[in-house]
Amino acid sequence: MSMTREPLLLVEKLRKHFTLHLQGGLVLGVLDDVDLAVAPGECVVLAGPSGAGKSTLMRCLYANYKPQSGSIRVHHRGGFVDMANAAPHDVLAVRRETMGYVSQFRRVIPRVPAREIVAEPLRAVGVPGPEALARAEAMLARLNIPPRLWGLPPATFSGGEQQRVNLARCFVMAYPVLLLDEPTAALDAANRRIVLTLIDEAKRRGSAIVGIFHDEEVRDAAATRTFTVRPQTVSDTTAA
Amino acid sequence: MSAAEPILSVRGLSRRFGAIAAVREVSFDLWPGEVMGVVGESGSGKTTLLHLVSGSLRPDAGTVLFRDRQGAMQDIQAMSEPARRMLARTDWGIVHQNPRDGLRMNVSAGANVGERLMAVGARHYGNIRGAAEDWLARVEMDLGRIDDLPRTFSGGMQQRLQIARTLVTHPRLVFMDEPTGGLDVSVQARLLDLIRNLVAVLGLSAIIVTHDLAVTRLLAHRLMVMQRGQVVETGLTDQVLDDPQHPYTQLLVSSVLAA
Amino acid sequence: MDTLPARPATDPGYNFGYLDEQTKRMIRRALLKAVAIPGYQVPFGSREMPLPYGWGTGGIQITASIIGPADTLKVIDQGADDTTNAVSIRRFFARVAGVATTERTAVATIIQTRHRIPERPLSAGQILVYQVPQPEPLRQLEPREAEARKMHALADYGLMHVKLYEDIARFGRIATSYNYPVMVNGRYLMAPSPIPAFDNPKMHRMAALQLFGAGREKRIYAVPPHTEVQSLDFDDHPFKVWRADRCCDLCGAPDSYLDEVVTDDKGGRMFVCSDTDHCAERRGAGHRGPLAGHALQEIAEGKS
Repeated sequence: MSMTREPLLLVEKLRKHFTLHLQGGLVLGVLDDVDLAVAPGECVVLAGPSGAGKSTLMRCLYANYKPQSGSIRVHHRGGFVDMANAAPHDVLAVRRETMGYVSQFRRVIPRVPAREIVAEPLRAVGVPGPEALARAEAMLARLNIPPRLWGLPPATFSGGEQQRVNLARCFVMAYPVLLLDEPTAALDAANRRIVLTLIDEAKRRGSAIVGIFHDEEVRDAAATRTFTVRPQTVSDTTAA
Repeated sequence: MSAAEPILSVRGLSRRFGAIAAVREVSFDLWPGEVMGVVGESGSGKTTLLHLVSGSLRPDAGTVLFRDRQGAMQDIQAMSEPARRMLARTDWGIVHQNPRDGLRMNVSAGANVGERLMAVGARHYGNIRGAAEDWLARVEMDLGRIDDLPRTFSGGMQQRLQIARTLVTHPRLVFMDEPTGGLDVSVQARLLDLIRNLVAVLGLSAIIVTHDLAVTRLLAHRLMVMQRGQVVETGLTDQVLDDPQHPYTQLLVSSVLAA
Repeated sequence: MDTLPARPATDPGYNFGYLDEQTKRMIRRALLKAVAIPGYQVPFGSREMPLPYGWGTGGIQITASIIGPADTLKVIDQGADDTTNAVSIRRFFARVAGVATTERTAVATIIQTRHRIPERPLSAGQILVYQVPQPEPLRQLEPREAEARKMHALADYGLMHVKLYEDIARFGRIATSYNYPVMVNGRYLMAPSPIPAFDNPKMHRMAALQLFGAGREKRIYAVPPHTEVQSLDFDDHPFKVWRADRCCDLCGAPDSYLDEVVTDDKGGRMFVCSDTDHCAERRGAGHRGPLAGHALQEIAEGKS
């Protein structure tokens, strides 16, 4: 393990709260001054009770949520991009080339076949069509998606199958930074082991990983260390 | 993909209609290959903004700069009328909500696609016909209908034809005004797939005006939310939809069923 | 040999040429501008004439503005000198200008025409005046006048090829057979008036001055002598003149534009030169067609 190397992901003084304007400006504080550094080869598992803001932090890291202040610097193309403040097209470039994300929520693109969904990130970085498809199919096969499903849109798949298509779409790329939010929630033991192998390969490749795993067995196998997210008190102050 | 310089640069664009400020102080950059959605309810100024940016309406203030194929930034208002027309039929494409605004209803489907080529000087019938067939196939239209008039087509087919007609000259920037408005849901879904694919394959930059957030989730990289002529929020599409900041955006997002 | 036709006396109740002098000046100014910008449609203050729109009011006003006492006027309608319209206009100018009239292309100084160009090549010094129903070639495709004008201003004529494209798509060839659009002097798109496409090549570098008048639409345009006039086409479908594959039944001309004439109620028909003067001239020179001596010829000659 190369723990001494420069971190690939560096979170400093991250603050995030939600202002619910439709509920009279109710403010929900979630994250307060979060500092986190993730080095290559590390898998940092987020810990803390339900509602502590683990998923919110994850979504902030992917720029899906917009923090109020602080920075989320990601090593990208030899420099650092601050996901909390970068322009959309820079964030998209980071997502395309550097940062992969598997969510517990599956949002499938309607009417697009599984193999195309998995091949899409490869194509987006310029991998030629046939090669992208071949690599996509290999990853689907690795995740035990039967070939008869490759040409079908995942909307009709079971929860576990959809989850594995999502995983294939992420792991088909060798992202330097990986965000895994409950990636094994809907999987049986055999498939969980496959995912653990993929995570292990990513660590050895030098990826920096942040994960949320409810399953203790998976958590213990994947984690190089744990980061506790402190729960915030729900504020009932009204925003100006 | 993420080129170092924007293809379109808009600064301080404003336009009044009498007492109403239809568009107020709008600025943004659009990057090559980027699709931007402009959302807001009817009357929020999004369509007026599209007209201002595409040069069909003059702003009271502000500038629109477009990067031409040579890499120079052209001020749209300062361009001569012929140059702007040439731009509108080569580098730019406009897909109207109502196909009647974008098609010639009294000439055949093939001629509708071929017109833009003829307008820029194509004078070989066989080549024009070939390009028309190619584009009708790319928008998944039946080639047997190439000589039929658009008014004999369904709404979805008219919209496909309009897209083929627009893309035949390989524009670099496409403006779409509610491209799936007025179509029933299943037709809308197939058209969205088609647009999504074409935009990705051709690497188009596009501005899509719509009130349908689901459309932007599928097509747009980022969003600009407009209310009463002003931009109230901008950001990545998923960020704006999943974590809306402005009260108006929160209202928009909460008003739709699972966008 | 030819003797010059008798010169009738002018009706003293009218100004020379019917129009007042101010109107003539206005029209001449429009004509000068039209000649200076070949193919460009010049608006003019078209006057009420003593015949309905569609009967050649534009052509008549041009003729009235350029005619002088020494001119010899020929008027044809679809190539014929003896149709009602042609006869009336000829008679009109004989009465209001006292000018000599003729049916002979060769001796006319002004030829007013509806829908044909004479077969005999025109020479320098002659003026051909066209009656034009619709001067705007873009009208069918672009009904908005302002937009059509802008297209002319910018020489933005791709749309015109759309019509030719439609012809080829539907009929396998450019089927437009009359009022076939032309580019004048490489700049302006022009409607040649409803002459057959057969006549289009005659406009190209014609030695005579060509003037076009649209009375109802209030437009005048012109093609000066020896000006380039090109019919629009495609590289792989070049402009081609189509003509009935036969000769004139009366004079035997193999290359003139023919009219099909139904001769009885049993399906009998014959093809004759549409240019009556040309046909008569050939017959006078001894040419004979397959049906020479037909009853129709007797009638035609009895009248002429």
